[in-house]
Amino acid sequence: MAGKEMGARPRAPHLQVYKWGPHMTVSILHRVTGDGLAIVGTLMFLSWLGAIAAGPDAYAAFLACVWHDPAGGQLHQITNILGKIVLVGLTWAFFQHLFSGLRHLVLDTGAGYELKSNRMWSIIVMFAGAAATAATWAYLFAGAL
Amino acid sequence: MGNGTHLGQVRGLGSARHGAQPWLQQRMTALGNIVLVGFLFISLLRLPLGEFGAVHRWASTPMVALALALMVISVFWHARMGLQVLVEDYVHGATRLLALAALNFFVFGGAAYGLFAIARIAFAGGPAA
Repeated sequence: MAGKEMGARPRAPHLQVYKWGPHMTVSILHRVTGDGLAIVGTLMFLSWLGAIAAGPDAYAAFLACVWHDPAGGQLHQITNILGKIVLVGLTWAFFQHLFSGLRHLVLDTGAGYELKSNRMWSIIVMFAGAAATAATWAYLFAGAL
Repeated sequence: MGNGTHLGQVRGLGSARHGAQPWLQQRMTALGNIVLVGFLFISLLRLPLGEFGAVHRWASTPMVALALALMVISVFWHARMGLQVLVEDYVHGATRLLALAALNFFVFGGAAYGLFAIARIAFAGGPAA
């Protein structure tokens, strides 16, 4: 079964015959952010949740690994930077997938396929995803100061 | 495509005639995710995440624990469908079967871990802080 369908069956013309447009970018970003959230996002969430369930020491160890280590361990200086990059990435993936998903729910009704509005909403989705991410981290760092 | 021959159906070609249900499930869990992950996101922004006691008290609140449990179910259900499409589009041959098995172990294991952690926080009281 698996693999058999890759035989001599005819295939529709694909990426190579179309001029690249924002709707294609937003489409592949939907897949990338969705699968990123499904793997990296769930693992980060489960680590956090498991640390809460395991108690104060485990929670402190989680924070020291991902965010800030009061003891200043050398390895943690690296993982703290990586942790913040991952968290910013997850924030962007969340907003991008959310806005792109809302776009898909609208497209499911049969609306928004006209060339101009399709292009416009594709661009708006990508802009909104980046803007919401920037606003979130601006809010977080403003609160931290 | 179309109705396909019997041989074609055995080989997994053509419509399985059950496409509408996963389509709808993906959208229903998407709506659930908007509400429930939205709740988690706003909570994360408002919580003092550096204080274990406050975070643990928040998570052990019955309504919060219930929302988190529903979120785990909705998110992993949605994630399973999305990851399955990823595998079906890009992984071919015998590896596909292994990849599908791995993703099913991952999402069911992840969901069970999440639900167990939530239950432990909510019911066991956990270590007081």
